[in-house]
Amino acid sequence: MSKKANPVVSYLSTIWRAMFSTFEGLAVTFSWLFRRPITIQYPDRLEKPVQEMLPEGYRGILEVDLGCCTGCLLCSTTCPIDCIAIQVVKNPETKKREVIRFDIDIAKCMYCGLCTEACNFDALHHTRQFEGTNVSRNNLVLHFVKEPREVSSHKKGEPCNRRPVGSILPEVMKDCFDQEEG
Amino acid sequence: MRQIADWIILNLFGVADAGSWPYSWLVYLGMMVFAAVLAITFVAIFAGPVTWVERRVAGRIMSRLGPNRVGPQGFLQWLADGLKNLLKEDLIPDAADRPLFRLAPHLVWMGMFGAFVVLPFGAHLVAADLNVGLLYILAITSLVVLGLLMAGWASNSKWALYGGIRSTAQLVSYEIPTAFSLMVIVILAGTLSTQEIVRAQGGWPWDWFVFRNPFTFLAFFLLMTSSLAEGNRVPFDLPEAESELVAGYNIEYSGMRFLFFLFAEWANLWIMAAIGTFCFLGGWQIPGVSPDAIDALLARSHGWSWSWVGLQALSFAIFAIKASWLVFVVIQIRWTLPRLRVDQLMIACWKYLVPMTLVCILGVLAMALLIPQGGVLDYLIRGLMMVVGGALVALFLWRARVNYMLARDSYRKMEGRELWFPPYRLV
Repeated sequence: MSKKANPVVSYLSTIWRAMFSTFEGLAVTFSWLFRRPITIQYPDRLEKPVQEMLPEGYRGILEVDLGCCTGCLLCSTTCPIDCIAIQVVKNPETKKREVIRFDIDIAKCMYCGLCTEACNFDALHHTRQFEGTNVSRNNLVLHFVKEPREVSSHKKGEPCNRRPVGSILPEVMKDCFDQEEG
Repeated sequence: MRQIADWIILNLFGVADAGSWPYSWLVYLGMMVFAAVLAITFVAIFAGPVTWVERRVAGRIMSRLGPNRVGPQGFLQWLADGLKNLLKEDLIPDAADRPLFRLAPHLVWMGMFGAFVVLPFGAHLVAADLNVGLLYILAITSLVVLGLLMAGWASNSKWALYGGIRSTAQLVSYEIPTAFSLMVIVILAGTLSTQEIVRAQGGWPWDWFVFRNPFTFLAFFLLMTSSLAEGNRVPFDLPEAESELVAGYNIEYSGMRFLFFLFAEWANLWIMAAIGTFCFLGGWQIPGVSPDAIDALLARSHGWSWSWVGLQALSFAIFAIKASWLVFVVIQIRWTLPRLRVDQLMIACWKYLVPMTLVCILGVLAMALLIPQGGVLDYLIRGLMMVVGGALVALFLWRARVNYMLARDSYRKMEGRELWFPPYRLV
């Protein structure tokens, strides 16, 4: 402003702006009383299960279907932080390869999804499960192999009869999480 | 209460002349204790739930829900908070001035509660109808300043002291526009007694002082603004500006002592709404029933009069509805406006509010001289002011609707459901 404003005008315009902005502000906040709140009342007052409210491609806790896993170790070598530990040994009696350990440390896992990209056999997937509260960090290592089992022998590209994503994880989590603190 | 006490003396003891009866002071004393208990109970059951109301309203304005877990719809949240504070350790800092530190919440609370003595809740529902009522309110609420400064000083903490000093500067300054805008009412009603001020108005809106002339209309908003500052409410809550002073004068307090400061603050919410109601919005006046008729009902009735009880309840309900509306507006302002700076606070008071209230006083005096009371021109002005008031409300609702409609369609497109979620649909 080059010209100095008339003091009377600026005095009155200050009063006017104070009144006007208060009035308009009250009208805005009043209209919010009639709008739907954005709050989602997790976990107990939800319209549908929270797993269904997650977006497409959500990366939750990892899950492996050993019926499809060929023990190729691609996932564990791809993992940048080595949270997947797999041991495959040859059974001396049957001369077949057996996976004796498939552990995923979900405390270490950073949910980058590289392992699921690497898996050629549709075995490793992110579930939509994210609720992993536990009393001890040691319990967060998920043991997917309970007893040694033969690896799958299907070729790359062959369809694998995979169990639905998310159907294996609950029992694994139950076994690992319900341990005493230690 | 005096009238009710006289009625008790007449009907229960059969004494017509209460003044010469030697035991009448006993009845008066009993009524005084009864009135005090009633008022404290009212403060308690107002200040508690209104915290819940405020938090729910705040939640909805911020697109949240607010507390809704304790009791039905979270209504018992205030009880839970109070119990929690009762169980907290009552800490007094080592370097604090112990007697002053312990005295300060009492002073704050007494200052607030003292105002309830003259607040007219209904036709005969007033603890004491003092003939200096308004002056008494202004005087007794000054005790709060002392309490706040005492709390700040005794805490021996610089933040608390800043808060106390700020509140002193603020409350002392803002008492002037408050008193001046109440002066407008004193000029019009010709009395300081709260009950007489209510009686000088009427039940219908055109008899209210707020619509009497343009200057009283302005004075109403000036009064509400300056009593916001008096009550340390946003946007004038500098004494407890949490971003600058951590918590202000009450920072070193804990447990129930801390709660008493907040208790006084919530009680003050009712006081400012009640002052606005009985000075400008016709108080407890029932439309179509003259106050003299209610008086006559009490004086005439030998024995129980249900119509008197009914009219009392009705007058209280009318008063409570008007005051609750003002309380709601004050709550909404809290979640609308940002806090003022210290210099802006002082500028708002001395450069704007004080001159404007003076203009209101002069204007009301001029109007009283020029326009005969009860004449055609007088009623024309009242009608015009009612139209202005109604237009403001209509404009407000229209603007609120415009704001709502701006968001409605895009919300439906994005979320796939309706935006409409009125406040009565509690979650």
